[in-house]
Amino acid sequence: MIPLSWYLTLAAALFCVGLYGVLARKNAVAILMGIELMLNAVNINLVAFWHYLTPAVSSGQMFAIVVFAVAAAEAAVGLALIISIYRRRQSVVAEEMDLMKW
Amino acid sequence: MQLDHDLLAQLTWLVPVPPLLAFFLIVLFTNRSKGLSHTVAVGMMALSWAVSWLVFFNVFRSENLGEDPIRGVVDWLPFGSAAVAGTGTLQMGVLVDPLTAVMLFFVSLTCLMIFVYSVGYSNWGKPRDPHDAPGNPPHGGIEPLYSRFFAFLSLFAFGMLTLVVADNVLLMFIGWEIMGLCSYLLIGFWYARKYEDPNQITPRQAGVKAFMTTRVGDVFMLLGIVYLYSQTGTLSFREILHSEEVLNHLAATPSYIAGLSVAGLAGLLLFAGTVGKSAQFPLHVWLPDAMEGPTPVSAMIHAATMVSAGVYAMVRLFPLLSAGWHHGEPLTPPMLALAVIGSFSALFAATIAVAQNDVKKVLAYSTISQLAYMIAALGIGAYVAAAFHLVTHAFFKALLFLGSGSVIHGVEHGMHHSTGEASPSAHAKDARGHDASPQQIDPQNMMNMGGLRKRMPVTFWTFLIGGFALSGFPLVTAGFWSKDAILGGAWEGGYVVVFVVLALSAFLTAFYTMRQISLTFLGEPRTKAAEHASESDPIFRTILFALVVLAFFAITAGWAGIPESFPGLGGLLPNWFHEFVGGTLLERPEAEAFNVVPLATSLVVALGGLLLGWLTYRNVPAGADDPLKAPLGPIHTLLKNKYYFDEMYAFAFVRPAIWLSETFVSAWVDRGVIDGTLHLVARTAIPIGNAFRNYFDAPVVNGSGDLVANIVKWFGRTFRVIQTGKVQQYLLVVMVIMLVLGAVLFVPGLGR
Repeated sequence: MIPLSWYLTLAAALFCVGLYGVLARKNAVAILMGIELMLNAVNINLVAFWHYLTPAVSSGQMFAIVVFAVAAAEAAVGLALIISIYRRRQSVVAEEMDLMKW
Repeated sequence: MQLDHDLLAQLTWLVPVPPLLAFFLIVLFTNRSKGLSHTVAVGMMALSWAVSWLVFFNVFRSENLGEDPIRGVVDWLPFGSAAVAGTGTLQMGVLVDPLTAVMLFFVSLTCLMIFVYSVGYSNWGKPRDPHDAPGNPPHGGIEPLYSRFFAFLSLFAFGMLTLVVADNVLLMFIGWEIMGLCSYLLIGFWYARKYEDPNQITPRQAGVKAFMTTRVGDVFMLLGIVYLYSQTGTLSFREILHSEEVLNHLAATPSYIAGLSVAGLAGLLLFAGTVGKSAQFPLHVWLPDAMEGPTPVSAMIHAATMVSAGVYAMVRLFPLLSAGWHHGEPLTPPMLALAVIGSFSALFAATIAVAQNDVKKVLAYSTISQLAYMIAALGIGAYVAAAFHLVTHAFFKALLFLGSGSVIHGVEHGMHHSTGEASPSAHAKDARGHDASPQQIDPQNMMNMGGLRKRMPVTFWTFLIGGFALSGFPLVTAGFWSKDAILGGAWEGGYVVVFVVLALSAFLTAFYTMRQISLTFLGEPRTKAAEHASESDPIFRTILFALVVLAFFAITAGWAGIPESFPGLGGLLPNWFHEFVGGTLLERPEAEAFNVVPLATSLVVALGGLLLGWLTYRNVPAGADDPLKAPLGPIHTLLKNKYYFDEMYAFAFVRPAIWLSETFVSAWVDRGVIDGTLHLVARTAIPIGNAFRNYFDAPVVNGSGDLVANIVKWFGRTFRVIQTGKVQQYLLVVMVIMLVLGAVLFVPGLGR
């Protein structure tokens, strides 16, 4: 068997990549992609834990599926927002959206 | 009808009330309607008169009214507590003893007559002349302030009647002061009247002068009242004056002033009130100037009633003044003061009257002189004579004043008829403020009269009766009997100086009276106005009625007091007055034995004075000087100017008082010291306040508040920069904090 720690490491790496994408990318769509990466990394984590610790109980799987659904919904909403912003400002660069500053 | 004493006491309470009611009714309700006002006033006075006469005629036959008078008392004011000595209840009440009864008789009648007279005198029935401004005497039209006049007269009548029926000194003093007020109001009735001559006193000034002068007397009187109260604990007449022990105690106790007993000091202080009120020397100066008031006022207040009140007070307080004295002993200090001031004033005023030309001024000085007679009589112990003269004098003096008013009105009518109403210069003014177009002259100056006997017969005969009564014309006039009584008392007591002075004054009285009558009524008219004078105008109806009634009493009143020992007539009628009024005192005075000397003196001076006056003045032509001017020379000027007393008082008292008030108090103390202190306080307080504001309030108090706000603002401004609006940055911060938190929570050893 592959040890659990490998899966966790993979999930952590993916998460960090996703985090870097969220924090460092200019394009808002790319930030959304980073968020998707983070969510998927969490999913990997969840499934790994389920498989290695409580394979009999199905709540691990359920949780993963719920996360998928939420991720999808959230991506849809996020994109809708970005489209709305683009229509307004002809740009999707996240740094330029600073209307809520002091 | 015979009534019992309790009912009579109730009625006596009612005597002063109707005029007071009239005063309030007129002031509050009937002021607009002249007719209604005089109806109320005269009606109420008539009611008062009727009740007074009812009371009088019920008691005049009692022989012992003095021991058992009519009394009604109410508890007025409780003071102190039962445990403290000198406490009790102040009681007010009415008292009708013989003296009060005769006072009621003549006061109510004279007041009523004067009320009736005033209706005609104020030109009732004439239309209102638009040229007559209120506050000025009317020229033929009805008096503009008609209702006010009757209101004041009513208030005055209330004051006098209160004084008469009072049973204690305080209530008497209250009535006294009310009359003082009314005197001021009525003397200054024509308040807007001005004269061009600045030395001529205006009615307003005369009112103030009267009030001020009598005030001087009143202050001493009040001191006397307080002193009396402090020594006896009561002010009731019966308790002090009708009680042997109290009087003896007062006469025996020494007072603060060495040589004077309590009775003596109190008596002197109370006498000072009379000196002011009855215009005796040295407080006589106000009465001649009080003639600025309308003639009914002069008659009522300054002849028949108010000035008589001063003498009444002395008559009433005679037991106090004479405490410890009996006939034949030396006089007590108050009696001495009365005798001296009385005799002096009598002669003094009589000499001045000889040189006066204004018809009312002669009568004013005559009043001073006659009141002095009464006071001198009291001073030498002739109690009944003084009271008798008080009664008769009221009648004939009121008669004379009313007669002079009639004369003045008659001459004014003459002025109007001799110039014609439509003359354009009909309202120019002369020095005295009377119309000064040609033939407009001072209607009060006797030198402008003459021959009025034919033009105004009723006035002439009544005035003659009054004048003869004043002079003491034998047998048929009241004045003779009362004056004879006084002279008799002086002679019998052996007071030769008083006798001589009074006899001399009687001579001068007869002289100046006849002078007045001759100049006014006899001879030929000296001016056109006198030629056209008349008394046939309808306004004279009430005037002449009052004159006739008073003339009747001026003749007959004397017959109530014919001495028993008089040759021939004595004994035909009982000496009712002596018996009745004599009962007021504890010790009934004895009737004097007859002595021919006072009678002869009285006849000689009266008839001699009348004859001399007639001879000198019966034919004074128009424009001529006073026939007495040439022989007397500078003395005449002295007399005419009243011995310059007004000027002396102005210099000695009035100017310093004005200096004190205008300069010392007003400018120096009030504006300088008091205002100066206030300004100083203000001037120091303002810089202090400014300093507080600028150095404490603004920087410290405001500053600390502002500082707090500024700190908050600074924090806000400084830290808001973290809100950049960039989402990624926010997320970065979140990540950092999560790392820190994670470290603190999950690394063993870190954190607390």
